[in-house]
Amino acid sequence: MSQRVNLGYYPGCSLHGSSDDYQQSLTACFGALGASFKELDDWICCGATAAHMLNRKLSIALPARNLALAAQQGCDELVAPCSMCSMQLKKAQRAMAMDAALAEEIGIIVEAKPGGTRVLNLLQAFDRVGMETIKAAVKEPLKDLKVACYYGCLLTRPPEVVEFDDCEQPESMEKIVAALGATPVKWNYKTECCGAGMTLANEEAVLELSRMILADAAAHEAQCIAVACPMCHVNLDMKQSAVEARYKTRYDMTIYYLCDLVGLALGLTPKALGIDRHFVGRKA
Amino acid sequence: MARIGVFVCWCGENIARTVDVDRVVQEVAKLPGVRCAVNYKYTCSDPGQAMIREKIVSDKLDGVVVASCSPHMHLKTFRKTAQAAGLNPYLLEMANIREQCSWVHHDRDQATAKAIELIRLAVAKVKNDHALEPIKVPVTRRAMVVGGGVAGIQAALDIADAGYEVVMVERDPSIGGKMAGLSETFPTLDCSQCILTPRMVDVGQHPRIKLYTYSEVEAVEGFVGNFEITIRQKARYVDVTKCTGCGECSKVCPLKKNKSEFDFGMGMRPAIYMPFPQAVPARPVIDKNVCAKLIRNGCGLCEKKCAAGAINFEDTDRLVKEKVGAVVLATGFKLYDIGKKDGKIAGYGEYGYGKYKDVIDSLQFERLVSASGPTNGEIKRPSDGKTPKNVVFISCVGSRDNAKGLPYCSKICCMYTAKHTMLYKHKVHEGQAHVFYMDIRSGGKGYDEFVRRAIEQDGAKYYRGRVSKITEQDGKLIVRGADTLSGEPVTIEAEMVVLASAMQPADGVTQLAQKLNVGYDEFGFLMEGHPKLRPVETNAAGVYICGAAQAPKDIPESVAQASAAASKVLITLASSELTREPEIAHIDEKICAACYRCYEACPYHAIEKAEVRTPRGVFVKHTARVNAGLCMGCGTCVAVCPSKSADIEGFTEQETYAMVASLI
Repeated sequence: MSQRVNLGYYPGCSLHGSSDDYQQSLTACFGALGASFKELDDWICCGATAAHMLNRKLSIALPARNLALAAQQGCDELVAPCSMCSMQLKKAQRAMAMDAALAEEIGIIVEAKPGGTRVLNLLQAFDRVGMETIKAAVKEPLKDLKVACYYGCLLTRPPEVVEFDDCEQPESMEKIVAALGATPVKWNYKTECCGAGMTLANEEAVLELSRMILADAAAHEAQCIAVACPMCHVNLDMKQSAVEARYKTRYDMTIYYLCDLVGLALGLTPKALGIDRHFVGRKA
Repeated sequence: MARIGVFVCWCGENIARTVDVDRVVQEVAKLPGVRCAVNYKYTCSDPGQAMIREKIVSDKLDGVVVASCSPHMHLKTFRKTAQAAGLNPYLLEMANIREQCSWVHHDRDQATAKAIELIRLAVAKVKNDHALEPIKVPVTRRAMVVGGGVAGIQAALDIADAGYEVVMVERDPSIGGKMAGLSETFPTLDCSQCILTPRMVDVGQHPRIKLYTYSEVEAVEGFVGNFEITIRQKARYVDVTKCTGCGECSKVCPLKKNKSEFDFGMGMRPAIYMPFPQAVPARPVIDKNVCAKLIRNGCGLCEKKCAAGAINFEDTDRLVKEKVGAVVLATGFKLYDIGKKDGKIAGYGEYGYGKYKDVIDSLQFERLVSASGPTNGEIKRPSDGKTPKNVVFISCVGSRDNAKGLPYCSKICCMYTAKHTMLYKHKVHEGQAHVFYMDIRSGGKGYDEFVRRAIEQDGAKYYRGRVSKITEQDGKLIVRGADTLSGEPVTIEAEMVVLASAMQPADGVTQLAQKLNVGYDEFGFLMEGHPKLRPVETNAAGVYICGAAQAPKDIPESVAQASAAASKVLITLASSELTREPEIAHIDEKICAACYRCYEACPYHAIEKAEVRTPRGVFVKHTARVNAGLCMGCGTCVAVCPSKSADIEGFTEQETYAMVASLI
């Protein structure tokens, strides 16, 4: 057994709110893998879409404060399970690294010096634990389960910011899913946008985008979709019935967080992982 | 006491408007050593030059300063004038009072004062000038052409037809290059093979062309007029002198499923193969990475079948040396690797090249429509052999893309994409071609008319915009893009997609360039001596460039440039001796400490490690020595020499210090 992995944890607003089920799954899954998460004390919102639409400096200062907290609290590696959060944290790091004057100004605004904390998305967190560790811990392989791995738009983009996998044809989630004994399907929409926060402003657009994703996954015989972002889960899971109503069709496509699938393979119960709190396929 | 004449030029109004030339003459006449000072309206004109000649003779001048334009403009002119009057041409200097004075100043008093100072400098220099003699270098009167594509073929034939021997080195088993694989060529749609293969045969049969195929330049020694080039002849495993080219070996070879390089992977070839039926030489080669005999001593069927006994499994690489006086580099291009680099996906992953079988690049499409191609010119898509009814062509894949690809325009893609749509329509009448483009760049004789024909007569649909993603659904490629003219997103269900990928210099060209001291740009394209005035010369004397190795270009341009390079070679080979400017480095061997810093610093590898010996051959000391054929007179050795034994003739430290001293 490898050494216990201690990681910092930045939940972001979603995992403390609408996507509490994600946090439950994450904690249970990584706990079973022998990794512990220490939540960042006094963290604030990353700014998400709102900040960078309004004010560039604000959009860097918000993540920068969180990075400064991480540095103060001695956290070298910080897991941000929301794609938007991890991207915004990395974006702020990059902006400050490329512009010393900006870095200094941000330092004054947040009254602290952001450190070189390594920000990890969900897939990188699994990678940190180690594929060998995961493989060794699998108790109930997910045999015969066909999974469409869905990355959404921000997990791999912008490529120069997140520096993670190929931005158009990523494969890292497929590797994890295959390690669990499941079969990742080949499909077309793994890096398309689900509509994200547009769900509040322009539901029609989100329903159309989500429909294309669900339809393509179904067309390629996926039994479920794995996601690594709270917003993706909301649009594909919670909104699935709305998509079905709007387009008069039926998908019944279970949407798992990637950590749900890992947890299930490790032998955890759906209830322990919060899967019973999903909208589609509660009986699973 | 020196006897120097100063000639101040008005350059019409160019100088005289801003500089008071009369006052300049009055002032410089007072300088010590100046025998006479005159001004004239056009010094470079016939009467102006005559005046200089007369003064040199009448005043017995031993040095001349012409104060006029830049020496780039007229130094050669005036040095010839001095020589005609019996003065060593290197005792004439120029003071640039136009570009460096009158053109850049407004204040007449200040400009006049500056002109006087500039002339004072030149007078100080000319006093320290030595008479120099041009350097004579013997010339080996034959040339090498590296690369056997259309550019190399043209250059080789031109040089050989003019009466000189040519050594052609081609990396592939046959000459012909990329053009041999093309279908029909824009803007006339003449068949590429029909116009190229006769030229290939001409090369193969020319009494003055020595052809090395399946060979590469290994090493280069020497300098202009006197190159000694080592060629690596890669093991072919076929004795080309015995082989008759009957092709029986390829028929019996059981290993037939190897991707054909000539077909860009669209077709298959055996382990022993001729790249294409019209290959020159029409001799096969064995792929040592595939052949069962060479890998594990199996098979050997071709050897048994060959009636001529030409198969030789014991063949090895051979090194051959050739002496030539000039070299033409015509190494051509390759296509940008779309989406894949070292087996990893990178770049344009959204197009799914390498993932979807029916997404191909433009050279693969050329093979698909070529009569000599794997489908005999029938347009059948790679996945299932069906005839595609909708084909999408995407231009600028890799070109003009700072974010993911290369910043430059590949120049030919707009034209060949228009051609592709036509060829497709001519073969699949009910088919529809769709083109996504950024701009249509069709400058050239008959080029824009050609694109209009593709659109208006052959009905290609053009969308100005980019494709964001290609996905596959039910055996169709779903191409989603934007039409930015109408502002609408476009989705096309296509059966095939052709990517017009960017042109890049061929692999290995930078290493070759380094062997010949030829410069190249950040993308690996070979550098011309001057973008306008020396377009086929390089900064390495005796080495010339042509074709797509220099920049993306089409066939007519490559051929024109090849003939230009050939004419430059002919100038080099025209006499048995070359004359070079003597303004090159010189090392005082008496004081050289043989530290060889100059040897390491010289960008042209012009410094040799040598020994000083007495006339009887007794060793005295080690020294650095300048190879007069290679030295370009850059002065780097002078800057690094700690013992001050290196100097540049015509720009000695003594001359430079005298100029500085005259200002203080």
